[in-house]
Amino acid sequence: MVKVSHLSKDFETKEGKLEALHEVSFEIKDGEIFGIIGKSGAGKTTLLRILSQLERPSSGEVSINNSVIAKGDKVITNNKIKKTMGVVFQGYNLLMQKTVARNIEFPLKIAGVNKTKWDKRVNDLLRFVDLEDKKEAYPATLSGGQKQRVAIARALANSPKILLLDEPTSALDTLSTSAIISLLQKINQEEQVTIIIVTHEIGVVKKLCQRIAVINEGKVVDYGTVQEVFANPSNIATKQLLGV
Amino acid sequence: MDLINATCQTIVMVAISLVGAYVFGIPLGVILVGTRKEGIFPNRFWNAILGWIVNTIRSIPFIILLVALIPVTRFLLGTGIGMAAVILPLIVACVPFVARMVETSLLEIDKGMIDAAVAMGASKLQIFFNIYLPESIPSLVRGAAITCIALIGYTAMAGMVDGGGLGQYAIYKGYYQYQYDQVIYTVIILVVLVEIIQLGFISLAKRLDKKRGNIK
Repeated sequence: MVKVSHLSKDFETKEGKLEALHEVSFEIKDGEIFGIIGKSGAGKTTLLRILSQLERPSSGEVSINNSVIAKGDKVITNNKIKKTMGVVFQGYNLLMQKTVARNIEFPLKIAGVNKTKWDKRVNDLLRFVDLEDKKEAYPATLSGGQKQRVAIARALANSPKILLLDEPTSALDTLSTSAIISLLQKINQEEQVTIIIVTHEIGVVKKLCQRIAVINEGKVVDYGTVQEVFANPSNIATKQLLGV
Repeated sequence: MDLINATCQTIVMVAISLVGAYVFGIPLGVILVGTRKEGIFPNRFWNAILGWIVNTIRSIPFIILLVALIPVTRFLLGTGIGMAAVILPLIVACVPFVARMVETSLLEIDKGMIDAAVAMGASKLQIFFNIYLPESIPSLVRGAAITCIALIGYTAMAGMVDGGGLGQYAIYKGYYQYQYDQVIYTVIILVVLVEIIQLGFISLAKRLDKKRGNIK
């Protein structure tokens, strides 16, 4: 379970203090697909960066499966927890000078997995994301949807329990978006991976998520199941996102 | 001394100095990046000291460095003249140049890749050897072309300490013996050399750069 309690994050800017997150609290249950939604600049990516231990909060606490990973303004670097999480970034962040296979191998190398097991794992993952024919291709030769599938395969390499995705479909066309949604559903159902997805696309949320937290100006303004929140949006920001 | 001999001397001076400059310049560039505030082994003190040394050496004109280093060269090699005596100052002059090139190449790396590795739990050394170095190789090769051409320029001053090479040849034949045709030949050879180096390194960089969509 992922537990976020009273999480706040401030950034020092030239114009003064910018409050990116304010007293954010929510829980994500094991095995669910949870959406963190909101318009651009709402604080979604900051939240995801804190969850993936790339950013330290200013105050509050984050725990994953009862292990505290961030408390107050400290990140408690926990590589064991990091290896139970896979992160898919908005810009894919693939290694451009390495082939698809080398990209997917990278987390295995980092985790110290025996080299003899890499090839089988890479082949399994490529089959899973339907990119077997691109094993020796370089990321620059792939389409956006294919790059995203490589990024997902890479994030799954160490069999994480939690998959974090930042705007996974925002740069994709409708067809690729549908393919990614199906893939994420497959990961959730077949591999029992908890999925946390940050997005501003309501269509994706409706098709994919079970519960959501709507973030606006750094605060959680709506929180619950997709049906509850969408049927009864309590905040103007949620209404704007829904177009009602 | 004939033109072919002088050309060979220039090529030998450039090749040895280039290797020497990269042997010392790459680690120095890596330390400059690594000791930055956001580097993998931040150390403000050493970053400032090394940065200052690099800038100081870079600001000394090569001809002055060449003369200033004569006592050091004499101490290390037993002579202050000849080709061997030019190579040491050439390396000293180029190490800071290479270090800054390496620094620029390493800093060009997309920070998103670093984020991805950090999120996976990669150590600083793993990030360095798996991301910084391999991802910057095409840029390092392009930098080597610039270093190599700068070195050719420096070798022209080798004549000051009787180091030989095309520079000395052109001064000797053209300035002292009024054989202007020899100066023109020298210039033609230099232009050809620079073109070959530029084309060679750039095509190598292109071949190595998979970011542009080249398939193995």
